[in-house]
Amino acid sequence: MLTKIVRTVANQLILFIVIFGLYVIVHGHITPGGGFQGGAVIVSGVVMLLVAFSSKELKKSLRERVLSIMESSGAVIFIGLAFAGIGTVFFYNLLVGTPIFGRVPAIGPGPGDIWTGGVIPLMNFAVGLKVIAGLSAVVLALALFSGGEEVEE
Amino acid sequence: MKRQVTGLIVLIVLVAFLVWGVMLIHPFGYPDASDMDDYIIENAQEETGSNNVVAAVLFDYRALDTLGEATILFTAVMGVLLLLRASKRKKETS
Repeated sequence: MLTKIVRTVANQLILFIVIFGLYVIVHGHITPGGGFQGGAVIVSGVVMLLVAFSSKELKKSLRERVLSIMESSGAVIFIGLAFAGIGTVFFYNLLVGTPIFGRVPAIGPGPGDIWTGGVIPLMNFAVGLKVIAGLSAVVLALALFSGGEEVEE
Repeated sequence: MKRQVTGLIVLIVLVAFLVWGVMLIHPFGYPDASDMDDYIIENAQEETGSNNVVAAVLFDYRALDTLGEATILFTAVMGVLLLLRASKRKKETS
């Protein structure tokens, strides 16, 4: 655990990091970015918390069970969206033209609209959930593993 | 001495192959066959409704590849958690 200054700054900064990561995930079909990138941004915030606080402190709020449920539900949403279009082909974008995320933008460069993209925003969300939970679990497990050895020695 | 000469010959042959390969590359930005690229660039916005064509390729045209990517991530996370948990348990019992 680091000094109180570092802990306070990390506590304030994690909010902005999470908001920026969620922005990158949600706007994945309009601006550069997407599920993988936004998830990695949020996990970098988790790593910052891990540096500022000890891994045992962080384990109280980030449970391994919750993380594994989050990752599995992300995978299930992704596969479910893939199977939803199986009437045509696997991974068919069936939401284009419907009221949900179904607007079609004008051809060519444009500012973009959040309600476009069909299943792409939902898949971005699923992949983002997967990446956040998976990488957080890996980082936390590695930190707990090495931290436990230090205590024993 | 003999090993050095052999190494020098192998190095020259490898460098020659590398230079040959670099000289055979087509000019940057002008692919040989651009039918697929042109189709995706022209039709991606209309077909998927996504302004970000990279996202359209990742999650619509080549979504099966993204499924494999997600599976790799899942397997890596599962392996790390399984390995570390098993080592922790062994330490507790011994």
